[in-house]
Amino acid sequence: MSQCDSPDLKQRLAPILQKHGRDPTKVLQILREIQDTAHCICGQSIDLIAEHLDLPRVRVAGVAGFYSFLAGGQACGEYRVLFSDNITDHMLGKAELMDYFSKKLWLEPGKVSEDGLVSVDSTSCTGMCDQGPAALVNGMPLTNLDENCLDLICELIRSRKPVSDWPPMLFEVQDNILRKDVLLGEAFEPGAALKATLARGPRETWAEVDKSNLRGRGGAGFKTASKWSFCHAAIAEEEGHVVCDIGDRAERIMVCNADEGEPGTFKDRVLLNSYADLVFEGMTVGARVVGARRGFLYLRGEYAYMLGKLEGVLQQRREKGLLGKNILGEQGFDFDIEIHLGAGAYICGEESALIESLEGKRGRPRNRPPFPVTHGYLGHPTVVDNVETFACAAKIALHGGEWFAAMGTGQSAGTKILSISGDCERRGIYEYPFGTTIRQILQDCGAEDPYAVQVSGPSGTTISWKEFDRMIAFEDLATAGAFMIFKRGRDLFQMARNFSHFFAHESCGFCTPCRVGTTLMQRIMDKIDGGHGTASDLEEMKNLGQLLKTMSHCGLGTSAANPVLDTLNKFPDVYEQKLKALAFEPAFDLDGALATARRITGRDDKEAHLGAES
Amino acid sequence: MSNTITIDGQTIPFQEGQTIMDAALAAGVYIPHLCHNPEFTPHGSCKLCTVTVNGRNVASCTMPAVEGQQIANNTDELNAKRRALTQMLFVEGNHFCPFCEKSGNCNLQAVAYHLDMMSPHYNHFYPAREVDASHPDILLDRNRCILCELCVRASRDVDGKEVFGLSGRGIDCKLVVNSSSGDLVDTDLAATDKAASVCPTGAIIVKRHGFSVPIGQRIFDHKDISQVQLEAAQKERGHE
Ligand SMILES: Cc1cc2nc3c(=O)[nH]c(=O)nc-3n(C[C@H](O)[C@H](O)[C@H](O)COP(=O)(O)O)c2cc1C
Ligand code: SF4
Ligand code: SF4
Ligand code: FES
Repeated sequence: MSQCDSPDLKQRLAPILQKHGRDPTKVLQILREIQDTAHCICGQSIDLIAEHLDLPRVRVAGVAGFYSFLAGGQACGEYRVLFSDNITDHMLGKAELMDYFSKKLWLEPGKVSEDGLVSVDSTSCTGMCDQGPAALVNGMPLTNLDENCLDLICELIRSRKPVSDWPPMLFEVQDNILRKDVLLGEAFEPGAALKATLARGPRETWAEVDKSNLRGRGGAGFKTASKWSFCHAAIAEEEGHVVCDIGDRAERIMVCNADEGEPGTFKDRVLLNSYADLVFEGMTVGARVVGARRGFLYLRGEYAYMLGKLEGVLQQRREKGLLGKNILGEQGFDFDIEIHLGAGAYICGEESALIESLEGKRGRPRNRPPFPVTHGYLGHPTVVDNVETFACAAKIALHGGEWFAAMGTGQSAGTKILSISGDCERRGIYEYPFGTTIRQILQDCGAEDPYAVQVSGPSGTTISWKEFDRMIAFEDLATAGAFMIFKRGRDLFQMARNFSHFFAHESCGFCTPCRVGTTLMQRIMDKIDGGHGTASDLEEMKNLGQLLKTMSHCGLGTSAANPVLDTLNKFPDVYEQKLKALAFEPAFDLDGALATARRITGRDDKEAHLGAES
Repeated sequence: MSNTITIDGQTIPFQEGQTIMDAALAAGVYIPHLCHNPEFTPHGSCKLCTVTVNGRNVASCTMPAVEGQQIANNTDELNAKRRALTQMLFVEGNHFCPFCEKSGNCNLQAVAYHLDMMSPHYNHFYPAREVDASHPDILLDRNRCILCELCVRASRDVDGKEVFGLSGRGIDCKLVVNSSSGDLVDTDLAATDKAASVCPTGAIIVKRHGFSVPIGQRIFDHKDISQVQLEAAQKERGHE
């Protein structure tokens, strides 16, 4: 029985509701906390939230149904174990371990045990690919899982020990920083970049960021100084048009995108764990430049375990006068940062979906124009930048633009932090100057007989061993940081199939091509995997790929076919091996459809099967 | 120079603030569309109205018209893609036109005819979706819902009620209603609401009007959807 059936639900939710006041942007945060305490979000909770926030119930229900960690109306166990489903976890034995664990606890994945104690399921990549197989138990990260670990976890669950009392070594997360350059290599004195900014002035600081040629590290590679100046100009222009009397509409917002949902990416986790001051300082520099007074860190739900630590860093910065009112004694320089947690939705990394989520809504990408730089959070001009981008900005404020521009290549200044996982000896974090070749990187991390690399995650590019002389740079292989290595002998079809499942699961469902197209793609990949694929299926996937690329609403849909299209193009044999010789194979499995009849009649002889041995 | 854009070689005027779709409808140029209805805020989800502007694909119902845009609309390539999207909408739901009261008046069916859709092409999903007959005057059959959110917009923006909304994610997106029971009867929806009559398919139907217009005399039985929607736009302009 789930706890939310209990009659005292109202009393138990009261502290959560009170804590968040009557601010409708807090819906998601409230739902998260209710999920954590009650292990489900029942209809009555939704009624209570809607009433408390004076929102139509249907809106709250819509949010509750969108995010994976909120589990909609479904209950989950008091102990909820979610195994990370990235291909790198699979390569380390995820499926077998999850099976082992489920059997040990007499569980069926996706269902709650009868006593309501425990549930097991898969979840999209948890960002621990260098120390997988990984899982989450009630939001806490489990890494380097093996059968021994799982035996212990079963014991702990059976004895109903609260997760907070479990041995801390179970939750150890390593940084694994294996190559440092200018971002990770030098010690950073909190406040140093801000002092430099104040000494130089906001305009001059902007000029340094401009000179540095810094481009966004979240994937798209937009020039950071341009984004900041658009946001700044959004107000300037409004003042010219006498829109300033709209009052606080003129407020500007600084958002740090720490959603890091791209499978295989975990560098922002390390930056936030060990370089949080640098990141927050970069945000504060940006706030000074564009004139923002409010900032948000949008932290993916998978990283909720870092919340306490990050709140602590923010508090220290307030105490040191690096956040809050009159920062470093500068009159009128006010800025503070609030942390907002996600709840399991890759799409919330897309900047406009992220803003919707910050507003407490379903994470669905907005129509553009208008762009967030002019109409973002609650309509305010808003800058959304990646964690690493802010780290770079802080360094630029400190050392100047020329220093930064001198590193890297013509179109890609500075360094890039890579998250390396898959088939290599030394998995972890590597910081390289842009322009470094794939071959060099593979050598440094001890990749033996590498065959393919997935650069920048499922939405990026699959490259083959023939392309290892290409380089990491916007002008060649742009990357948000993921670098997954596959040695010779790995089945790249399974990689592409895993990614097709990822996209179908993470599509927000707003637009037709992606909502339906990603599911069609996943089904064809499963059909081929089941041995029923034909040549016409490959043609169909190419057409679907074109449709996704050219008709989708946002970057998720436009890149969702990349792994299938890239592997079809570069490794056609991995598909052809799996195809039936037939020109056509029905998607409908005739023999499979007879399974129920066989069960009822208790028959399983040859005659009860269609076309078995023929 | 006045404001003009060019669609398939034809130069048409636009006013500041108009989308490409607005300008096209006003000029008598048809762009296939499903989630768009000129009476409501543009939504941009079905993607049927996608056009190519200076080489880039955009949804014409949400993209502002900008001086000098060179737009491709009625091309074989775009129509083939629109057909594929329409097929996707058919297979992800359960559309049994011969049994549907909306047949002949349905925009989904009509746009499929317009785009020469001869078969569903993709495998049917046959999803299990709920039918809600609880309301005395209105039937909600989710099997026929294409998630266009016109009812959501109509209820929120015109009726001022917010009876409808979406929940779920991805292929599990579904229409939900504003009541604790989840039933339509417990909402304040009325048959006279805009939201009760705006559905482009047979998902929301006012009861007891079944077949009051016989098959053969329905809107799209005699006219193509392009003609119907352009005439409607013309009439709308006449009222202004
Ligand atoms: C589906 C999708 C997911 C994304 N996820 C992230 C993410 O997790 N982190 C991130 O920084 N950017 C992500 N982005 C890119 C953001 O939309 C945005 O471009 C970026 O945060 C801008 O910051 P930057 O200029 O510093 O790169 C994603 C984009 C898409 C389309
Ligand atoms: S492309 Fe996919 S994720 Fe993006 S809006 Fe469309 S359905 Fe949502
Ligand atoms: S019920 Fe009709 S109007 Fe509402 S979303 Fe579904 S198809 Fe659109
Ligand atoms: S009509 Fe434009 S996207 Fe649906």
